[in-house]
Amino acid sequence: MHNQNRDSIDLGRRQSLKTMGDLSLLGVLTSLGIMPNLALAGLSAAAFEAKSLDAALDALGGFIATENAAIQITAPEIAENGTVVPVTVECSLPQIEQISILVEKNPTILAASFLIPKRAAGYVNTKIKMAQTSKVIALVKANGKFYRASKEVKVSAGGC
Amino acid sequence: MSSPTKMKAAIKGEYAEVKMLMQHVMENGRRKDDEGNVIPAWYITAFKVKHKDEVVFEGQFGTSVSKNPYLICRFFGAVAGEKITVSWVDNRGEQREDDAIIE
Repeated sequence: MHNQNRDSIDLGRRQSLKTMGDLSLLGVLTSLGIMPNLALAGLSAAAFEAKSLDAALDALGGFIATENAAIQITAPEIAENGTVVPVTVECSLPQIEQISILVEKNPTILAASFLIPKRAAGYVNTKIKMAQTSKVIALVKANGKFYRASKEVKVSAGGC
Repeated sequence: MSSPTKMKAAIKGEYAEVKMLMQHVMENGRRKDDEGNVIPAWYITAFKVKHKDEVVFEGQFGTSVSKNPYLICRFFGAVAGEKITVSWVDNRGEQREDDAIIE
């Protein structure tokens, strides 16, 4: 019994050492310029690993986001094919910094997150996978504050 | 070897609109093959759109973006004839970069 406990602790430690190893490898690659300009600042892997809407919003920093009519989500009422669901998010708020698209009932909630530089319009159009009928949420960070809007999309054949 | 991103960029009034179709399987790591083996996750994790060496749009993808990611973005301050560059990297570290001329 005692040994078993020790083994599981060791395993946990090995796993965390391995994770640290992976992280430092990424650091080395980045500093060597092998992964030069594609690493994004300000977005955590935790946001993409989140398995609940609350956890994803939390990881994005947008847990307290107010509903805002300036955010417009365009998506089909009924999506016949869940593997390709077109979603457009358009937002007229000033100083938009980030637009994220989340699907409440997908196995992984956060589909994509876009950083909006000063020269970009508050607009993005993409295609996502949906496992089942769900709310699609747009989380917008503008002038340091978070706002959200959502739209229900019925999915006939899920595709995740 | 990856395939080139299909791109079309055009001036539409005040802004330039860039349509992109990145060529990638976007495997989410949860699907199984015919023999029941899990197909490993393989997907684009980040992309950037550049104009005159300045990032004008960028983002990160999770595994819920459709196969061959389709994307439209809009940005200001470009004129027809100028070049834009789209680059991406996937979770295996593979990268590619393609350009297009704004119409």
